[in-house]
Amino acid sequence: MTAIEQPAPHLYDEMLCSEGVHAHYQAYLRWLENTPDATLEQKRREADTLFRRFGITFNVYGEEEGTERLIPFDLIPRIIPSSEWNHLELGLRQRVTALNRFLHDIYHDQEILNAGIIPAEQVLTNQQFQTAMLGVDLPGNNYIPITGVDLIRDSNGEYFVLEDNLRTPSGVSYMLENRKMMMRLFPELFLAQSVAPVEHYPNLLLETLQSASDADSPCVVVLTPGRYNSAFFEHAFLAQQMGVPLVEGADLFVRNGCVFMRTTTGPRQVHVIYRRIDDAFLDPLAFNPDSMLGVPGLLSAYRDGNIILANALGTGVADDKSIYPYVPNMIRFYLDEEPILNNVPTWVCRREEDLSYVLDHLEELVVKEVHGAGGYGMLIGPKANRDELNKFRQLLRDNPANYIAQPTLCLSTCPTMVSEGIAPRHIDLRPFVLSGSEIKLVPGGLTRVALREGSLVVNSSQGGGTKDTWVLEGNPC
Amino acid sequence: MLSRTANSIYWMARSLERAENLTRLLDVSHNMSLMPNSKGGQQELLAPLTITGRLDQFRETFSQLSAEALLEFFLFDECNDGSIFSCIRSARDNAHSVRDKLSSEAWESINTTWLELRHRRQRGISHEGVKSLIDWIKQRSHEFRGAAYGTMLHNNVFHFMRLGTFIERADNTARILRVKLEVMESQHNSNHAIDFYQWNALLQSLGAYEAYHVKYTGGLTTRNVTELLILSAELPRSLRYCIGALMSQLIAIEGDQGQAAKRLCAELHARLEYGEVDFITRFGLHEYLNDLLRRIHTIGDEIHRSYWEGA
Repeated sequence: MTAIEQPAPHLYDEMLCSEGVHAHYQAYLRWLENTPDATLEQKRREADTLFRRFGITFNVYGEEEGTERLIPFDLIPRIIPSSEWNHLELGLRQRVTALNRFLHDIYHDQEILNAGIIPAEQVLTNQQFQTAMLGVDLPGNNYIPITGVDLIRDSNGEYFVLEDNLRTPSGVSYMLENRKMMMRLFPELFLAQSVAPVEHYPNLLLETLQSASDADSPCVVVLTPGRYNSAFFEHAFLAQQMGVPLVEGADLFVRNGCVFMRTTTGPRQVHVIYRRIDDAFLDPLAFNPDSMLGVPGLLSAYRDGNIILANALGTGVADDKSIYPYVPNMIRFYLDEEPILNNVPTWVCRREEDLSYVLDHLEELVVKEVHGAGGYGMLIGPKANRDELNKFRQLLRDNPANYIAQPTLCLSTCPTMVSEGIAPRHIDLRPFVLSGSEIKLVPGGLTRVALREGSLVVNSSQGGGTKDTWVLEGNPC
Repeated sequence: MLSRTANSIYWMARSLERAENLTRLLDVSHNMSLMPNSKGGQQELLAPLTITGRLDQFRETFSQLSAEALLEFFLFDECNDGSIFSCIRSARDNAHSVRDKLSSEAWESINTTWLELRHRRQRGISHEGVKSLIDWIKQRSHEFRGAAYGTMLHNNVFHFMRLGTFIERADNTARILRVKLEVMESQHNSNHAIDFYQWNALLQSLGAYEAYHVKYTGGLTTRNVTELLILSAELPRSLRYCIGALMSQLIAIEGDQGQAAKRLCAELHARLEYGEVDFITRFGLHEYLNDLLRRIHTIGDEIHRSYWEGA
């Protein structure tokens, strides 16, 4: 095979290191070196054809013909040794537990705000804060049955949490389909090494959703905006794998405070809705009145405790950029533990000492508006000129509370098949955490890869691809 | 089962069956137009347009009625919502919205058909020729049916699928027979040679040519063809067979809904099961077919009312 392009010395590479290759990649690399280019190329084409035939696609908004696109799939897996995964798993359980406690707290006694750990106005004036949730008791106090946590690694290989996704995290279907594809294309790899299975995720998801309801045999449904939604494949896939109905808003209605779906044998009561629709579209009577996707009266049924929504309403306040810096303190406050997984170091400019650090190191940092998104209102220190730096110094001094700052990120890389051969590309990792009567994870998650050289953008809407993610059981040999 | 899901499954099956029927129709019409002594060349070409009720729409787009224009219109025309391309697109769109209810093999079959059809449309008809295109569409339809039969649970989803297939097929057989009859009447059916080719073509289009010769010895007669296509209990495209299948699917669907549809279907089935070809002839074949079509449409309306409007 063609040589693997060496990773940049200042970045952490998942496969290669200064001593050659990480122990957990040895067996794979040996296989890769013995596999002819032509075989890899043929397998790559086969994967493309199969994904297209299976209809494993995502939809791109605003495009007419051929709106269904494939997410590029890379054949080279991202491998995680089990010792590393065990550490991640502990950290994820801890973090999700604290976030759930936080959500219950802010919609009830607000102890964390009273204790001054998080400034009250940061939470109460947040757009994602749902006053409708104040005082509402959920079974098991469970707000976030499904969580996706985005992790990255710095140049030393340490894992950091980049972002929590507590609303409707997506991508798990690609995790499952990628594994199926790899097993189909390269069965010999799975015979040679023991890769921890992920295929039972839909079972765990169903158990989690069922356990959220007190009903005897709860009727669970997946609520989708419809087949033009970018993640429709995933909605249909999960419904099918769990064996539950895939419904649209118009299939549901509220009568006598309960939610029903229209079936060929008449109305049938629904107990749990795994909703893949944002808060604002759930109920046209309570939120966006123009929403065609929602169910009129859903909020009132929800507040009466007659329907479970997964995830709960109003969880977005906990994954907001302005709240993110406080998650380590949430862990300390609710659990009395030190965080196992760290945040990307973040300076909260409303704090005086943070502000003075940021002003002194502006050339090295990325400064973001707390409520900004999509790269607006942002300063990238190393790429900014003197005028821009001065302008931001002024902005920071005028309204420090509006900004946070982080070091310029350096995501780890993983060898990836590109048109020129095999070259390092930046990746992240999104494990999925299921919280029901207990917290469950399948080993690994979705690895996203930025296919453009040097790019840090792993989003599928902007040319990102995915890789199969292996957690190797036992010791690598 | 969700009403919307049932509706999508039903229309998926109807669209697919419609595409197959249309393909069969085009096949015959194509063959007939190649016949040197067929005086009614134009009439052959008209037949698919009359059967599907799209003559006006065709004239809006094409100035002349030619075999090429007809094929273009019915195979690949995107603006013609009755074209094979549009039918398969609609079938695939419906399948897509309920893909979680199909077996993966059934879904992949219909999705592959759609992807390849787009590809073939880009290459154009002349690339591989009409005949092989027609064969390909028929094969794809068979493959989907096989995948669905062989891999899906024979539960409500399946019943609604078969419901769509058989109501579309019954409608098609009745229409095709009616139009053939009109063509032959207009050609002064004293000429037995032309009669022969007409009936021959009709049987071919319904895949019933071999069946005819198994059941009847001797030449093709109006009486026998009528009996086979309307009253046969064995021919999968006969009206009796389709209505019988429709009835058993309706009965198999869970729940008490659809009483009116079941009653109408059972009445119609009794007429066909105990029907006699002499009665049909006395009644007038043309009028008999009109009556059948009206009844089939009423059953379709009742299915709509009970399963997706009433819920």
